[in-house]
Amino acid sequence: MKDFARLFSRIDETNKTTAKTAALADYFRTAPDDDKLWTVALFSGRRPKRAVTTTQLREWAAEVAGIPLWLFEEAYPVVGDLSETIALVLPRATSSSDHSLTHWITTLKRLQEVEIDARRAAILSAWDGLETTERFVFNKLLTGGFRMGVSQKLMTRALAQATGQEETDLAHRLMGDWTPETTTFHDLIEADDPAAAGSRPYPFYLAYALEGEPQDLGSPSDWQAEWKWDGIRGQLIVRDRQVHVWSRGEELVTDRYPEFAAAADWLPDGTVLDGEILAWNDGPLPFNALQKRIGRKSVSKKMLVEIPVVLAAYDLLEWQGADLREVPMADRRAQLGALIAPLPDDAPLRLPPLLPFDTWEALADTRATARDHAAEGVMLKSRAGTYQVGRRKGDWWKWKLDPLTIDAVMIYAQAGSGRRANLFTDFTFAVRDGDALVPFTKAYSGLTDAEFREITAWVRKNTLQRFGPVRQVTPHHVFEIAFEGIQASTRHKSGVALRFPRMARWRKDKPLAEANTLDDLNEMLRVYG
Amino acid sequence: MAPILTHTDKGIYCAAGDFWIDPWRPVPRALITHGHADHARPGMGAYLATHAALPVLRHRLGEIDAEGISYGETRRIGAASVSFHPAGHVPGSAQIRVEVAGEVWVVSGDYKVEPDGLSEPFEPVRCHHFITECTFGLPVFRWQPQATVMAQVNDWWRANASAGTVSMLGAYSLGKAQRLIANIDAAIGPILTHGAVEATNAVLRAQGYDLPDTIHWTSDAGKPPRDALVIAPPGALDGQWARAFGTRSTAFASGWMGVRGIRRRRAGDRGFVISDHADWPGLLSAIRDTGAENVYPTHGYTDIFARYLSSELGLNAQVWEAEYGGDDAEEVDAA
Repeated sequence: MKDFARLFSRIDETNKTTAKTAALADYFRTAPDDDKLWTVALFSGRRPKRAVTTTQLREWAAEVAGIPLWLFEEAYPVVGDLSETIALVLPRATSSSDHSLTHWITTLKRLQEVEIDARRAAILSAWDGLETTERFVFNKLLTGGFRMGVSQKLMTRALAQATGQEETDLAHRLMGDWTPETTTFHDLIEADDPAAAGSRPYPFYLAYALEGEPQDLGSPSDWQAEWKWDGIRGQLIVRDRQVHVWSRGEELVTDRYPEFAAAADWLPDGTVLDGEILAWNDGPLPFNALQKRIGRKSVSKKMLVEIPVVLAAYDLLEWQGADLREVPMADRRAQLGALIAPLPDDAPLRLPPLLPFDTWEALADTRATARDHAAEGVMLKSRAGTYQVGRRKGDWWKWKLDPLTIDAVMIYAQAGSGRRANLFTDFTFAVRDGDALVPFTKAYSGLTDAEFREITAWVRKNTLQRFGPVRQVTPHHVFEIAFEGIQASTRHKSGVALRFPRMARWRKDKPLAEANTLDDLNEMLRVYG
Repeated sequence: MAPILTHTDKGIYCAAGDFWIDPWRPVPRALITHGHADHARPGMGAYLATHAALPVLRHRLGEIDAEGISYGETRRIGAASVSFHPAGHVPGSAQIRVEVAGEVWVVSGDYKVEPDGLSEPFEPVRCHHFITECTFGLPVFRWQPQATVMAQVNDWWRANASAGTVSMLGAYSLGKAQRLIANIDAAIGPILTHGAVEATNAVLRAQGYDLPDTIHWTSDAGKPPRDALVIAPPGALDGQWARAFGTRSTAFASGWMGVRGIRRRRAGDRGFVISDHADWPGLLSAIRDTGAENVYPTHGYTDIFARYLSSELGLNAQVWEAEYGGDDAEEVDAA
């Protein structure tokens, strides 16, 4: 465990992705195979089942530390992480051990087979033999919240550095429902994998936001326009009768969207589509529907029925095995249309329309209706442009709608967790309704570090009441809240749900009496909801 | 009868002697525990502090009407007897004992119980009423022995020095910086200092505190030696002055570095957990050693700490409201 704890410290001590990757690559070069395999498993979301509840862990930790449980609970929000809180409150270790990562995971797996008293004894004895960082890592294994700032993508890159294999090939190897119990490091990572090459994606071409006016782009006839969809960018690959789906950030997500398996029925080998994965039921569903699918690695039948996804395909990168990226956009689009337009509705593919326009003014009018089409604005693409690599200016532009805004009063504040522990960063905002204040949204982002420090000092001095970690503060400060959409919601007391709310500006110039009202909010819901 | 010390909008007040302790607004007569800015403020009619604290006070506040007192020396002010006792926080720091008609109050100021090799070591003072700081009054704060942490600092510096990377350590310029300088392995390489740190070094050296040699480093000083350790106020590590050192590893030394989230927010390469305040066991042992039955936590996790003292230890504990401290960053840096 000392090696693994040292790896954790090295990763934790830096904010530089390259340094994190290098630390992990070093570990992959030197650790024993079974520890490497478990490391790969942990950083790809595979972990041993939880043998104890977090409630039990809190109680045991408080007991060992000789403190009442309420005190433990008070300390937790200050630290912001349960595993760390436990590691910190426990008295110093009285013994020392250096078992491997695999040893500890095996120990944890065995816990599931024994009585609760034996589990407790095993965990207490483990705590007593580990120093603080090792304890923290051990608790992370125990509670299953194993992230440590390492994404699967970063882990895959480190593995690529350590093994000399292509990153995308490794991403393919790591797919599927393997566990460390069902494979070995050699079989998973080192043995031949002929299918891997067939899954390789093209790097995505990413658009910049349009600065200024579209008039600067020249003649409208040189450009095509599409809705800018609010989904997940995706690349769909059909080769050797296999379907592979990559999301932006080059993460292989085939397993998360089983709908696309059927794409092989409709598309010939040697086809690569670029587009937007959208939740779709006779039309695009709001983004919060798709959000329920994004994080899930396994998808229930119910969810497949309620929130099916399609690919709104807007580009064709490979056709009949040939790379089309140097072909002009207009020609790629024509070929794409010929391929997708004839498909029936039960194919998980859609051909989003090109928006007709003769003048930029006409397109501006169309863009103004984007919210009616569940779109965030329009995309402009040069008809003569090639498909480039990464974020490039020139041929593709996002022309998004301006966000909606409302001036709201801060009424509750809560400290952040993790990196933002001990700073007030999570706020609840209200609109005025006569003399009352009606809370309608929370927001966490948008302020500078200096502003967060300033508001934190203010909150400390202006707390009216505490509810656990939440503080009710004097209604005084007005913030401009920007958001992308508004919908009626039965889950929220105010009756509305905002999409991506953030603090656009701290309106120190505005007194409380000039904050917006509940009537203003309802009017926005009527117009934009 | 009114309590001997009361809470006023200017600070802790003693009616029997008509003086204030660490007041935050101008008063005719102020007793000062130590020279940190949130305890020693400008504008007081007269100051009383330990002889050891006075030079720093004068350095920071300029021309003041100030008088020194020795540790342990008793002085009569009106109907009150006052004396100053080592708090172990920074050189010259004191707890202030106030006795009126046989009843004893102690104001802790800031303190730590572990001797740091530079400050006059903390001495418990028996009392009936104890106003105690509790900056780190939660059980998640438990310091390792100073020697252990200094070994970590030495290892970090040594590794950087051999890699040709300058080591930059952010530490509060009064107290923490000198504690680090006094305890570091000065054989590893040269110790360079920022002006704010060096100014305090000079004051303390003139008083007879023993510090190894340091080099005041200015931006026109040319190329810095690659094996150097640079000690500077945390705020200086982001600026122009720091960039001139080229490839460097940045670390901060504070009790807050024990919490991962705070350490990561500070965005240094390393965070060393070393504080001039008492940790949880330190606070509890200090309170126990006073024998006080009335304890008033101030500055820190006061509500939680007071609840623990009353419900678990059976003390009469009440929060002592105070207007200490600035913003969060300042606290993180100083503690």
